[in-house]
Amino acid sequence: MIKPGEIAVVGAAESTKIGAVPELSQIGLHADAALNAMADAGLKPTDIDGLACVGPMMPQQVAHYLGVTPKWVDGTGVGGCSFMLHVRHAAAAIHAGYCTTVLITHGESGKSRVGATPRPPEPESLAGQFEMPYGPFGPPTLFPIPVLRFMKTYGVTDEDLATVAVVQREWAGKNPRAMYGDPITVADVLNSRMIAYPMRILECCLVTDGGGALILTSADRAKDFPQKPVYILGTGESVESTMVSQMEDFTSSRAFRVAGPTAMQAAGVSHADVDHLMVYDAFAHLPLYGLEDLGFVGRGEAAAFIREGNTRPGGKLPLNTNGGGLSYTHTGMYGMFALQESVRQMRGTAPAQVEGAEIGVCHGVGGMFSASGTVVFGNRRP
Amino acid sequence: MLAPGRAKPKPTPETRHFWNGAKEGKLLLQRCGDTGRAYFPPRPFSPYTGSRNVSVFEASGRARLYSYVIHQRPVPGFTPPYAIAVVELEEGPRMMTNIIGCEQTPEALVLDMPLEVAFEPLDEEITLPLFRPLAKGGA
Repeated sequence: MIKPGEIAVVGAAESTKIGAVPELSQIGLHADAALNAMADAGLKPTDIDGLACVGPMMPQQVAHYLGVTPKWVDGTGVGGCSFMLHVRHAAAAIHAGYCTTVLITHGESGKSRVGATPRPPEPESLAGQFEMPYGPFGPPTLFPIPVLRFMKTYGVTDEDLATVAVVQREWAGKNPRAMYGDPITVADVLNSRMIAYPMRILECCLVTDGGGALILTSADRAKDFPQKPVYILGTGESVESTMVSQMEDFTSSRAFRVAGPTAMQAAGVSHADVDHLMVYDAFAHLPLYGLEDLGFVGRGEAAAFIREGNTRPGGKLPLNTNGGGLSYTHTGMYGMFALQESVRQMRGTAPAQVEGAEIGVCHGVGGMFSASGTVVFGNRRP
Repeated sequence: MLAPGRAKPKPTPETRHFWNGAKEGKLLLQRCGDTGRAYFPPRPFSPYTGSRNVSVFEASGRARLYSYVIHQRPVPGFTPPYAIAVVELEEGPRMMTNIIGCEQTPEALVLDMPLEVAFEPLDEEITLPLFRPLAKGGA
């Protein structure tokens, strides 16, 4: 069994530009981020012997485009948290000796749609038969389906949901690369355009262009790289269903409840040890589910935890410190950007740096609660 | 007949009985022979035990409103605002649907309100199970 800290991140970078990048196609965004990450690690494409990106058929496209000859590939594609799974699989592959230096890439022309991969729901699939006929139109109409049940069960209000967006905008205000940084109030959120009741536009993620890449190697090699290594302490993954209507429990994600605790236990860290937390926020309710399902708070306590300021700048559990998918960027598969922020926080180089942060948890979601991946990072090898 | 434009389901061999049933005005579920528990969506084995010992049965058609969103933007086949809902059937399984015979507002769509199935043809081939508020005294 792999031990905490045996594998490290030695290269990490986002695409040169994020937001609106119509001058690059989807694969161009992969490459731009990959070149930046290789420069960060002091590596060339010929130094890379393992490659992961979201398939189908993408690993070979990216390998050929970049000039990489991998002896290990992973095209796992379970939505926006795929990169957390890539980190987990890459760590295992390096540990097993299948490869030494893994590049994980993401590029998505989510806003400009240049060379973007279409994702049509097949009419023969179960979702195509038993969800699509009822009028869902993209994530804003599907991801919030369980929210009213969550709100009724725990007495969560519209103001509580709006507060999630307000707090994340506060973090985004400290980050010059965030798409939106101007402060907003609960009233601003509640008065913003209704998209799919109860979700207003300021409670829905952005739609942007961008990319990101990570480079992983063994901790023994990591000390020879230019950047301070960020160690992988533990990882977890799971999936539930492609159909949000079929999730076991509308107040909790089964995939979260598997991935999160698996990662925390593997890392051997307790909740009190965690200095920094990322919870993939495609919509404002995601941090509520994440805080509860990962056990940072009890059932029904997440809304009050955020309302009381615990996740704000200066709070005891800084959460989504880049501004998140709501205010920083969201290409469609935001997990890569959550990982980038965790790495920056562990390196001590984040625009809104959490002073003295040593352990960070990065938790991702894929599809509409359909998959999950969690990575626990640390900046010291245990 | 429902307004044209909705995504049309394409039955597979494992789901055809459900769509044939809907066309005849029957909401067909399946039951695990080992545990007695009902399940949905259709598949020829039990999601609880993996057993192939399963049967098809007609559900009561009664349900409660479990959760929903009200979409505000136009989509082919729909006039906004319209609710995309999940109902919990009396037999246990939940399914996505639309609520008809009712204002599409938070005030009218109250969680846990009793509902009953109503079948609406999409075309000559496919009929969709929708739900409407249970008529008073119908419970």
